[in-house]
Amino acid sequence: MSAITLNNITKTYNKGSILAVDDVSFSVEKGEVFGLIGPDGAGKSTIFRMLTTLLVADKGTATVGGYDVVKDYKTIRTIVGYMPGRFSLYQDLTVEENLNFFATVFSTTIEENYDLIKDIYVQLEPFKDRRAGKLSGGMKQKLALCCALIHKPEVLFLDEPTTGVDVVSRKEFWEMLKRLKEQGITILVSTSYMDEATLCDRIGLILNGKVLSIATPENTIQAYPEKLYAVKSKSMYKLLNDLRSFQGTINCYTFGEYLHLSISCSEEDVKKYLNEKGYNDFVFKPTTPTVEDCFIRLLKTENGNGNKDK
Amino acid sequence: METVIKTNKLTKRFADFVAVDEISFDVHKGEIFGFLGANGAGKTTAMRMLCGLSVPTSGEATVAGFDVFTQPEEIKKNIGYMSQKFSLYEDLTVLENIQFYGGIYGLTNREIKEKSAELTEKLGLQKEAKKLVRSLPLGWKQKLSFLVAIVHQPKIVFLDEPTGGVDPSMRREFWDLIYDAADKGITIFVTTHYLDEAEYCNRVTIMVDGKIEALDSPSGLREKFGVQKIDEVFYQLARKAKRSGD
Repeated sequence: MSAITLNNITKTYNKGSILAVDDVSFSVEKGEVFGLIGPDGAGKSTIFRMLTTLLVADKGTATVGGYDVVKDYKTIRTIVGYMPGRFSLYQDLTVEENLNFFATVFSTTIEENYDLIKDIYVQLEPFKDRRAGKLSGGMKQKLALCCALIHKPEVLFLDEPTTGVDVVSRKEFWEMLKRLKEQGITILVSTSYMDEATLCDRIGLILNGKVLSIATPENTIQAYPEKLYAVKSKSMYKLLNDLRSFQGTINCYTFGEYLHLSISCSEEDVKKYLNEKGYNDFVFKPTTPTVEDCFIRLLKTENGNGNKDK
Repeated sequence: METVIKTNKLTKRFADFVAVDEISFDVHKGEIFGFLGANGAGKTTAMRMLCGLSVPTSGEATVAGFDVFTQPEEIKKNIGYMSQKFSLYEDLTVLENIQFYGGIYGLTNREIKEKSAELTEKLGLQKEAKKLVRSLPLGWKQKLSFLVAIVHQPKIVFLDEPTGGVDPSMRREFWDLIYDAADKGITIFVTTHYLDEAEYCNRVTIMVDGKIEALDSPSGLREKFGVQKIDEVFYQLARKAKRSGD
C-alpha cells in the first residue's frame, strides 16, 4: 500500500485566479523518502498543506496512510507529523513545555516515544528550560522535528526543514531522517539544497504547480540529454560573460569552482573561441551532471517555452 | 590596494560569553569576501558590529574609513545591508520601496526616478512595478532587495544569508547581480550556507566559536587542507566547534 497518493489534485487561490497546484498525481511508498524539489512558488507548500488536511483541494483526491484527506481528516491528523516551512512552535514556551504540549495533544507522553526522539533530544536537553523563541536556528529546527515526531507518526511531512541551517547540522539532520526511515516512517520532504535531493529515494521536480519528472536521483541524472562540460580560468566573471555570448553555448552558469557549459557546437569550436578571446590558462573538460544541473536545465527549458514564472 | 574594512582583535562579549573573539582581517575594495561559519559561530554578531549596529567590547575596526566605536552613523550612510529576514516593505509596491530607500539615503527626486527605471528594467520587473512586494516570489524579492541595498552606491554592502531557501537557478541570477556590483567597485561582504557560493568569493573566512580559523582564497583553502572541495574544509573546521548552535 502506498503511504501517500495524489490523484489529479488541483488547487487554486484567489477565486481561481492563481493556479497553485495543477492536476498533480504521484504516490509515495511506505518507508520511502520522497523529495519535492522546485523553486519558490512552485506549489510545494500547498501540496504539504493539502496532505496534512489543512487545505482542501479544488479537484482530485488524495490519501495518506490509506485514509482520504477530506473524509478521514481527523484520523490523518493523528498519524502524520508536520514541520511547516515557518517555525511554528510556541515561542513563549520552553523547549520541554513545547514537547510536553505536543505529546499531550496527541494523548501520549514524552517517555512513551522517547526512543524515537532520543538522538535529537539529547542535544536539546541542556537547553530544555530555554524559551523556544530564544533558540538558534539549528536548535529550533531540532525541536520542531522532535515535536513532529513525539506521537510516533506513520508519515512525516517536512517543508524545507533545513533552510538557513549550516552544512554540518544539515548532515546530522539527514542522518536522523535515515534512522527514521529505517523504522518504517515515510517521509515527504522539500528542500532547496540539491545535495539533499541526492539523499532521497526518489525526487519529484515541480514547477508552476506541475510535477515535471519523478525518478530516483540516479535516473534523473542519467536522463540529462546533453553533454556537460566544466570550464575555468583565472577571471571567472569574464569567462562567464564571454561564454554566454558565444553562439555555440546552450547554457552556461557558475558551479562552485567551475562553470558548467552545454554546447551545440564541437569541443574544438569552444577551445578555438577561448583562444581567440585571449584565454591561455583555461581548463575545459567533460563533467558528470548532478541533480542541480538537471534542475537548472529543466527550469530553463520550461521557462523558455513561454511558461514564464509568475 | 585600498582597504575598506580593517579589524584588529575585534571582540564582543555578552556577560561571560565571548561571541566574537579577537578577529583580525582586512577586506579590499571591489572584493567579494565570503564570511562562513556554522550557526552560532558569531557571524551575525561580527557583521552587526561592522555595520555600526552593535558596539564592540574591545579591539579596533574601521569600515569605509570610519571607526566603529566613534562614527557608527557615518558607517551606516556609507554601507548597504540586506538580510534574508528583513529587507523590503511587503505592503509597499516595488516602486515605492525603491523610492523609500532612495529617499532615506538622500537621493534627489531625479536620481530616484532614474534608479527606479534602471532597477525595474534590470530585473525585468516593469510589469510588476506597481504590485505589492508581498506578491513577488522569494527569489525576486531577494534580487530587488539587493539592488535597493546598493541604490545609494555604497562603498560596501553586507549580505546576511541573501540566498537562503532560494532555488539553484535563482541563486545564480542573484550571484550575477553580485558579480556585476563587484565589477563596478562595490565591495561585497556575504554570508551563506551554500558552500558552492563560497567558490564565487575572492577570499573566504571560516569562523568557529567566535574565532577566525581560516582565511584565504577558495583555491588556497583547498590546497592548504589538501581537499577537493570547500565543503570538506568546512567540515574539518566546524566539527571542532564546542558551541552547539547557541
